[in-house]
Amino acid sequence: MRDGPWSRVWHGLGQRRGAMAALGLLGLIVAASLAAPFYAAWVGVDPFVSNVAGTTLRHGQVVDLMQPNDNPLHLGLTPLGPDWRIGEAYGLGSDAQGRDVAARVLYGGRNSLLISAAAAILCMMTATAIGLCAGYFGGWVDIVLSRMLDVLWAIPVYLLAISLSIVTVGHGLRLGPVTIGADNLLIPVIIIALVYIPYAARPLRARALSLSRAEFVMVSRGLGASHWRILTREILPNLADTLVVLAPLLMALCLLAESSLSFLSLGVQAPAASWGTIIQDGEGLLYTRPAVAILPGLMIVATVLSLNVLGDALRDTLDPKRRGRS
Amino acid sequence: MLRMLAARLGQMVFVLFGISVLVFGVFFATPGADPTARIAGRGASPEVMARVRSAYGFDRPLPVQYARMMEKLFVSRDLTSFVDHGAPVVPEVMAAAPVTLSLVLWASLFWVVFSLAIGIVSAVLRDSWVDRFFMGIGLLGLSMPVFWLGEVVNLVTQSRFHDTWLFSWVPPLGYVPFSESPLGWARALLLPALTLSVAFIGLYARVLRAELLAAMGEDAIRTARAKGAGPARVWLWHGLRLSWLSYVSLFGMDFAQLVGGGALLTEVVFALPGVGRLTYQGLNTLDLPLIMATVMYAAVFVVLANAVIDGVYALLDPRIAEGRHGR
Amino acid sequence: MDAETLLSIEDLRLALPDGRVLLDGVSLSLARGEALGVVGESGSGKSLTAMTVMGLLPDVRSSGAVRFRARDLLMQDARAWRRLRGKEIAMIFQDPMTAFLPVRRVGAQIDEQIRLHEKLSRREARARTVRLLGEMGVPDPAAAAERFPHQLSGGLRQRAMIAMALSCAPALLIADEPTTALDVTVQAQILVLLTRLRETGAGLMLITHDMGVVAQACTHVAVLYAGVVVERGPVRAVLDAPLHPYTRALLAAMPPLDGPRPAHLPAIAGQPPAPDARPPGCVFAPRCPQVRPDCAIRPPVVRMGEQEVVCVLYAS
Repeated sequence: MRDGPWSRVWHGLGQRRGAMAALGLLGLIVAASLAAPFYAAWVGVDPFVSNVAGTTLRHGQVVDLMQPNDNPLHLGLTPLGPDWRIGEAYGLGSDAQGRDVAARVLYGGRNSLLISAAAAILCMMTATAIGLCAGYFGGWVDIVLSRMLDVLWAIPVYLLAISLSIVTVGHGLRLGPVTIGADNLLIPVIIIALVYIPYAARPLRARALSLSRAEFVMVSRGLGASHWRILTREILPNLADTLVVLAPLLMALCLLAESSLSFLSLGVQAPAASWGTIIQDGEGLLYTRPAVAILPGLMIVATVLSLNVLGDALRDTLDPKRRGRS
Repeated sequence: MLRMLAARLGQMVFVLFGISVLVFGVFFATPGADPTARIAGRGASPEVMARVRSAYGFDRPLPVQYARMMEKLFVSRDLTSFVDHGAPVVPEVMAAAPVTLSLVLWASLFWVVFSLAIGIVSAVLRDSWVDRFFMGIGLLGLSMPVFWLGEVVNLVTQSRFHDTWLFSWVPPLGYVPFSESPLGWARALLLPALTLSVAFIGLYARVLRAELLAAMGEDAIRTARAKGAGPARVWLWHGLRLSWLSYVSLFGMDFAQLVGGGALLTEVVFALPGVGRLTYQGLNTLDLPLIMATVMYAAVFVVLANAVIDGVYALLDPRIAEGRHGR
Repeated sequence: MDAETLLSIEDLRLALPDGRVLLDGVSLSLARGEALGVVGESGSGKSLTAMTVMGLLPDVRSSGAVRFRARDLLMQDARAWRRLRGKEIAMIFQDPMTAFLPVRRVGAQIDEQIRLHEKLSRREARARTVRLLGEMGVPDPAAAAERFPHQLSGGLRQRAMIAMALSCAPALLIADEPTTALDVTVQAQILVLLTRLRETGAGLMLITHDMGVVAQACTHVAVLYAGVVVERGPVRAVLDAPLHPYTRALLAAMPPLDGPRPAHLPAIAGQPPAPDARPPGCVFAPRCPQVRPDCAIRPPVVRMGEQEVVCVLYAS
């Protein structure tokens, strides 16, 4: 193959139909999520305001958002169900607070994608720094860093994320002069990035370790290159393959973690939405209006599946020897 | 051998210590998250704050707080909940553990059986449509949030199709202890365990397939064929023997993490009163000692499980027992 | 073929599914009690030839004939192959460290082969394993059988490998570079072991890149170059009067078996061609010091006394 890793990546992905389909689906989901405000304005709904007494037009008729319950006793109210006309107000129905489900799912996608992408990037940057230092310097630096990763790894990922969330939820985080508000999206980003550091740092450390023993690094060292120069010019560029493969897989994990935290009301805080919080909202309506909980879940599955397919394809492309290995 | 054991033990103690410091730090020393304010509630008067602070010892230096907390957790085991004043936490965790253990045992049974079958079939029929189908399904299983899948299962079996012959046996959500009714216990756990195992089946089948295919390229497999061994013997006896090391270690880790509370989401969705659901209830009442106790319990379990895995490893691969093969 | 002939390969050709030619006309024959050395550089196809005889090559197109005791091996089904492998044809691999399963005891692996082919109890199989290990010169064979492969020295591992190959008294033994991974002193012992084997009447096919090994352990030799047998015949004849320029070059590059080592050995200039870049004519022509215009056409097989050679120099 020719030149740099990027052209190899494009070339390899172009030959894989599954990967191209995944990329297309992902692009579609991202574009739809970005278009959330336009959609809300177009159909004329505000997905952040409770509207239990509201009405909407359906088939030219004015209908209440809260309908009499269709259970035998007619107790309580049930939100308007979907009629599957996307592009009309309440085409996918209303949630328990009279908000448009379709618009909320799109807005939720913005937060879910933003948080998972940011967390994956933050996690990879930190993990790269840790992995580089541990792998390159070895000795006690490696021992200390590796033991710290062991400690972090010994706590089940979700429990750690939950613990960190519970102490920051409602009060925010104060780091010296910087205060991060409780409803700031940075909080879930930092928490999710933190809990996946061991996952990302271990392969990076192993790669850095083998690279720092490679001949070309020995040569640079012999020529008197500084540690900084060797780390940034010799080893870091060679980690690119590992990072490119890691990125989509890590983002998939972060998205699952984000939705789980939000589902437990520990991630994105109301009135903002993410796919996880919408599933939480829909839990109470599961048996009467299942669409509220099922739709955002389908979005999560589609996104995570695309990311996983993409990650697999990237691994096959960049490391043909490991073809088919998971 | 003894020296290795001692070194391993030392490492374990270090990791346990690190975990306890980390967990303590998360709960009681996170900047900006004052536990006093958490307990006293928003907008509490300074007098109330001061009373809470001295009652729980938050006015002492952190190391003293740490020592007192660990003593209450592990030595006297009389750590009490902030919320239900006076309810001891440790027995609560101990009472919830069997539920979690039952759930995870069932789930691991499913995921081992299914992933072995799928992994082996996919490896043998590699690159056929069967292989592609199974690996696609596996990837789909990996991509589903477990709490959402649980809700879909509940929707189908508790509501939409509950009255059909297929799901009329499904009991209402909740747990039945084994001692009460073994059949009820199995019925209550079947669907939650299947739901929990879906992602693991996908992951383990993929790992096993990859490891098996890698093992098949080894010289030892060529030797087995040169000996006149048939395909079943070559794949199942020689191939699995070479490739199940990473499978076993992965299994140990995941099993421990799940028993330690990783099954929280499944327990919440299916209303199973296990350790995870206990943590979840603690979340709703902001009961820090309870959550800390469950997280601590989880971490200790994971560390112990790791030690067991190392032992099993040494049994499976004699090279490791002699320290010749650093893994 | 005469009754004594154990294995005869006639004009064997192998190609990958994409059309690349791996073997391009290999003819060999081996009689009972003989030892045939198959010599060539890496990539010449000598291991491929061995794997074809074992039926261990997946996904290749083959033509020609491989006859073992008058049976055409290329025509038989998987079940017949399985009965043959390990029982009538056994193989010794280059690196006994990786050829044994690292996670099982050596004895158990030898027992397995015995029990695959003969209805014996574990105890009987183990008794034979221990006896074989002893015959192969393994000290304290009963204890060695209880060892894992990595706990034995390289020489002992290869002895155990040979014991395993001989466990069902095969008629043909194929040894693929059996001494390459071993120390020089151990190499000689293993070669002695292999030559003794011929006394039982079995045939030995020894794959090697080392003319010295052939001179020590073989009765016949076939020289392989780029998928073609360029010369074959009895070892004495070929060593005394090599006909093909490639054989001559190989012999010239070999240090003398005794006497002082010369200051430097002549090397063959150039590289053997890759499987997809082989010349249409004589495969050795690009590197041959005696190349002529008519080398551009594949030369015929010429019989010269006991030797056969594929070279235009001898075509009348």
